[in-house]
Amino acid sequence: MGNVLVLAEHRQGELRDVSFEMLAVAPAIAKDMGGEAVVLLVGSGMDDLAKKMAGYGVKVLVVDDPNFENFNAEKYQKVLSALIDDLKPAVLMTGHTAQGVDFMPALAVEKNLPLAADTIGLAYEDGTLKATRSMYSGKVNAVMAFKPAETYLVTFREGAVEAPEAAAEGSVEKLDNPFTDDVPYRKFVEYVEAEVGDVDITQSDILVAIGRGLKEDKNLPVVEELAAAIKADLAGSRAATDAGWIPHDRQVGTSGKAVKPKLYIAMGISGAFQHLAGMKGAKTIVAINKDPEAPIFTVADYAIVDDLFKVVPKLTEKLKELK
Amino acid sequence: MKTLVCIKYVPDTSEAEVKVNPDGITVDDSRFSFDINDADNYAVEESVLLKEAHGGEVTVLSMGPKKSEVMIRMALAKGCDKAVRVEDDRVAGHDPLMVAKTLAGAIKGQEFDLVLTGCMASDDWHMSTGVALAEELGVNHASMVNYVEVMDGKVKVHRELEGGLLEAVELELPAVLTIQTGINEPRYAPIRGIRQAQKKELNVVSLDDLGIDPETVGMDASQVVLEKLYIPEVESTAEFIEGEPEEKAEKLASILQKGGLV
Ligand SMILES: Cc1cc2nc3c(=O)[nH]c(=O)nc-3n(C[C@H](O)[C@H](O)[C@H](O)COP(=O)(O)OP(=O)(O)OC[C@H]3O[C@@H](n4cnc5c(N)ncnc54)[C@H](O)[C@@H]3O)c2cc1C
Ligand SMILES: Nc1ncnc2c1ncn2[C@@H]1O[C@H](COP(=O)(O)O)[C@@H](O)[C@H]1O
Repeated sequence: MGNVLVLAEHRQGELRDVSFEMLAVAPAIAKDMGGEAVVLLVGSGMDDLAKKMAGYGVKVLVVDDPNFENFNAEKYQKVLSALIDDLKPAVLMTGHTAQGVDFMPALAVEKNLPLAADTIGLAYEDGTLKATRSMYSGKVNAVMAFKPAETYLVTFREGAVEAPEAAAEGSVEKLDNPFTDDVPYRKFVEYVEAEVGDVDITQSDILVAIGRGLKEDKNLPVVEELAAAIKADLAGSRAATDAGWIPHDRQVGTSGKAVKPKLYIAMGISGAFQHLAGMKGAKTIVAINKDPEAPIFTVADYAIVDDLFKVVPKLTEKLKELK
Repeated sequence: MKTLVCIKYVPDTSEAEVKVNPDGITVDDSRFSFDINDADNYAVEESVLLKEAHGGEVTVLSMGPKKSEVMIRMALAKGCDKAVRVEDDRVAGHDPLMVAKTLAGAIKGQEFDLVLTGCMASDDWHMSTGVALAEELGVNHASMVNYVEVMDGKVKVHRELEGGLLEAVELELPAVLTIQTGINEPRYAPIRGIRQAQKKELNVVSLDDLGIDPETVGMDASQVVLEKLYIPEVESTAEFIEGEPEEKAEKLASILQKGGLV
């Protein structure tokens, strides 16, 4: 039996995209391993979510218990540890997300199982499961081969593949909760919403986005002048918000915002996948970066390989003239 | 407050061309500049802030080559008290579970309230070492932390979730926290600190010194094999605008204007 158990992720009553995306790879791998892809849902009040997942033509196993109302790594580790013993899946797959990264490495240590983290592709070749990962600012891919093990643990990158279309109706089966205790050591307290600033960049028509390539805050006028000339709002990468050049609510990416302006001008941004995830939806993307290998160019419509400080002031001047 | 902070010496590849060596499993890092991993820099700052607020002592722990001592001294200059550098090429460095086991071996037996790590190393991107380390040490953990408040016998932290949402979590001490970038503003090392750092204790240890059986953290113990590295095809459909910087700017301006984009 080579079932691939996919832990569907959800938060505040909503399934997360990665839950569906994993179904783009799990069924094929499961087939090669002589089993099937099975979805696992752990939570409280899971009926609707279970039905939705089953709509992808898979069997959905549900552990439904008020104890799992909110994600808690300690509880998840306990439940999954018990379920691995019961179900003996060939692969346990979760998102490489704030949830997945918070318990999968601990689970791997506890059960002495191998882990491939932040996987972007999976293949089963000649009896060996292989995970593709991305490293070094996205410039190098690595293939990791698992040595034979009872269960392979994989965390899968959100946005690495496209979710499949919903298919035939699958089935839903409730499991007994193998872990009913409370955990004394870690407590979920509450969700805290991010602060709201003066501009909602998800509504902007044009965004001028800056990254670490801006170097220091005294260079801000260079981009502010461009933004003013074309009535754009300023946004940026995490590096730019961490440095305090722009407020936190202007951060674009997985831990920031997903934006969809008609024009996105990225300068001095390398294009880490966490950033790309937030701006791929822009209609037209312009990237200015002095590194020709920068991953930002993979999503750009117009690309300039050059020093932004040589290009941007001139660009601003020209755009003002053309008005 | 006794804190350990784990830091890694990593190459800066954000602007560099990366080439895979003929062995297929390492990259040519001879021309990279190395420094402290971004998130670890914030972890160092957080450990020093905790010490300033609650007293105690901070120990720096790093596994890495001799040349990484510049980085370690810099952390000492910022206010950390002493350091341990593990150097042993028998550790399977490609597997965060083996790295975690080694770091745990260097911590075991010591008393601590908190171990801080970065949430992700910018070279290998595993985001796994800190959480694995917690399990090895048998203590609580929280990952992707961007706020820490020490309470009586416990900590309240904010974990960063996707989309800007945070999760407040309480943990009993001792605990491991993996620190996210942006949690604080890392300081520059003061001149005085830099001088003092030279005199602070920096122990260099091997697996044998730590009493770790190399068999338990080496290539044979690791259950994953790094089979190969390769440069992914860059599929760009972008129109690359050529010319001198000024020409490029002019061409782009007219494209944007003609396309009705501005
Ligand atoms: C859990 C997690 C969540 C994250 N979430 C996000 C997120 O939501 N959003 C986000 O952006 N990041 C996020 N990150 C961080 C992400 O991994 C990258 O570290 C970050 O996006 C890098 O920002 P950057 O491109 O500005 O900097 P770098 O990667 O350092 O790139 C700087 C770029 O500037 C270029 N450059 C330098 N000088 C010049 C010049 N003079 N002219 C032109 N170009 C120049 C360089 O060639 C380089 O490509 C997250 C990371 C983690 C671990
Ligand atoms: N060789 C090392 N020495 C010390 N700390 C390390 C080492 N490797 C990883 N870490 C810590 O683990 C964190 C996460 O690394 P990773 O799991 O590889 O993304 C880093 O930010 C460091 O704090």
